[in-house]
Amino acid sequence: MARRKSDRMQQIERMALYPLDWLEERSGLIGGVRYFLFRKVPGDTSWWHTLGSATLTAFLVQLATGVILAMYYKPDVNSAHESVQHITNDVWAGWLVRGMHRWGASVFIILMFMHMGRVFLFGAYKYPRELNWIVGVLLLATGLFEGLTGYLLPYDQTAYWATVVAININGTAPFVGPFLASLLRGGAEIGPDTLARFYSLHMLLVPGALLGLIGLHLYLVVRLGVSSPPWSPEAAGGQPEPEPPPARSGLVQPRPRAGVRGRPE
Amino acid sequence: MDDPRGDMERHESPPSLWPVGAIGAALVAVCGFLWARDVVRGGRATTVATAPPLEEGRAPGAPPIPADKGEAAMPEPAPGERFPRNVFLENATLGLGAIIGGVVTLPVIGFAVMPAFLKQHSHEVDLGPISNFQEGQYVVATFLREPSQGEVSRRTAFIRNNGLLHGKPSFTCISNRCAHLGCPVQPGGPTFDDKSKTVKTPSGQVSLIPSLPAAGFICPCHGGTYDQEGNRIAGPPVRGLDRFEFWIRNGNLILGNTYSVAQVTGTGANAEIKRYTLTGPGQHVDGIESWLYPLQPPH
Ligand code: HEM
Ligand code: FES
Repeated sequence: MARRKSDRMQQIERMALYPLDWLEERSGLIGGVRYFLFRKVPGDTSWWHTLGSATLTAFLVQLATGVILAMYYKPDVNSAHESVQHITNDVWAGWLVRGMHRWGASVFIILMFMHMGRVFLFGAYKYPRELNWIVGVLLLATGLFEGLTGYLLPYDQTAYWATVVAININGTAPFVGPFLASLLRGGAEIGPDTLARFYSLHMLLVPGALLGLIGLHLYLVVRLGVSSPPWSPEAAGGQPEPEPPPARSGLVQPRPRAGVRGRPE
Repeated sequence: MDDPRGDMERHESPPSLWPVGAIGAALVAVCGFLWARDVVRGGRATTVATAPPLEEGRAPGAPPIPADKGEAAMPEPAPGERFPRNVFLENATLGLGAIIGGVVTLPVIGFAVMPAFLKQHSHEVDLGPISNFQEGQYVVATFLREPSQGEVSRRTAFIRNNGLLHGKPSFTCISNRCAHLGCPVQPGGPTFDDKSKTVKTPSGQVSLIPSLPAAGFICPCHGGTYDQEGNRIAGPPVRGLDRFEFWIRNGNLILGNTYSVAQVTGTGANAEIKRYTLTGPGQHVDGIESWLYPLQPPH
């Protein structure tokens, strides 16, 4: 049994919690966050289930570093390349933040594919989670488009010609392709407008769409609950696995709780 | 007097803002102290739950009296019945919302989309006197197609003087945009940088580098290969290289718009060109695949 807290401690605790209580009473936000963080998941979720959160983390890193890069980047055909060189070579820690954003972009895409692979291999897209798979496909397409629009921004030879090729690939889509290509270029030819257009798409429109879709995705995850892995005896209606033998003691070893056998449901 | 303040007014330094800050700090300190005292004493910590007052004539513990059984209750509507005013208000809200939404979004969407298709004006580039183009030799010409846009509009053409045809100068003017996906194709042979020329023309600076594309033209991106007339020989391109319209004005070679080419038979001045309107790279201009691209946006 914990020692009874001293009066002083109780007073301090009450003062510390007061702002949270204030917020909770007026918004219910604290309860919402607790509901989100401490919701029940099947006992046999594994590291594979963390890939979605890993993708989310990569996305948040892109958001943070991107916002700061935008403070130094100049979306103009005559200064874009120079401003990126400036960020890399002159601005304090610019090389680091740019590097995080550039490598993080690939990390984000790779994690998205790995998460999709885990959902596919676990059969987690089946009823009632089909809609979340569909939202996921939209997230994948939007995420790839974010990568495409960002690739032009350094405005060096690779960026320019890769974008030429990418736009022209879109141009070969039947019927609508030529119009799609003009829409992306902002005209019949790549010009000054193309860069500004890609910049706006890359930093405002597409991230906004991603945020909305991620919100919907997580809403469905919370509403439907995370699925058990396909090998789960619990999900197959069997008995829960017996409690593993007590591990060596460590920081995170859970205490046995009185009267509870097996894993908490 | 233009300036209402006049020039005479003395510019005194504004009063210091420090007193305001000091008063603020004092207020924060006093209120903070009072608040902390309140919280510590528990004067605010609990909210007392009070039971809602009971309606008249309701026994404690009995279910609440429904609104339509109370005094001055409305007559119970038939199932599915709605009041006309209710329906009207709903339609008015939705209709007005749609109108306002349309008035706001349509121009904005048009602003984003239309400029990509309107005013795609034609170009004209002056490459300077035709005496700079030796008969039978290819020249790599680079120029700004839209000088006001600067470097982004730099384009390259492969120009060959074919001599005279029916008494008129004949030129082959090939665009370097690959017909696969638009990379810049290169001459398959030496370029003679030591013999390059920079010509000042009404269209700005034009650089002319003689070249000997013995193996035709080759694309660095995916290996598309073309012969000296721009016909596709190998690789992924779906047709020949585009060409520029050209004409002679005051002894200068002028390049106009580009057009697409399916195939060229014959060479030089005697070439027969199957000509089509300008089409994006990767799109067929003839054959059954061209049915996939019935419409082209304005170029
Ligand atoms: C921006 C990209 C994405 C983010 C941030 C994201 C995030 C998440 C998170 C946090 C979960 C919770 C369970 C877990 O982590 O495995 C989840 C589940 C899920 N995701 Fe994603 N996801 C993304 C892309 C995708 C894609 C591309 C697909 C498939 C096309 C997809 C399909 C699903 C499905 C079906 C579930 C439910 C799985 C279950 O309940 O076991 N997601 N997602
Ligand atoms: S762009 Fe020339 S071969 Fe692909």
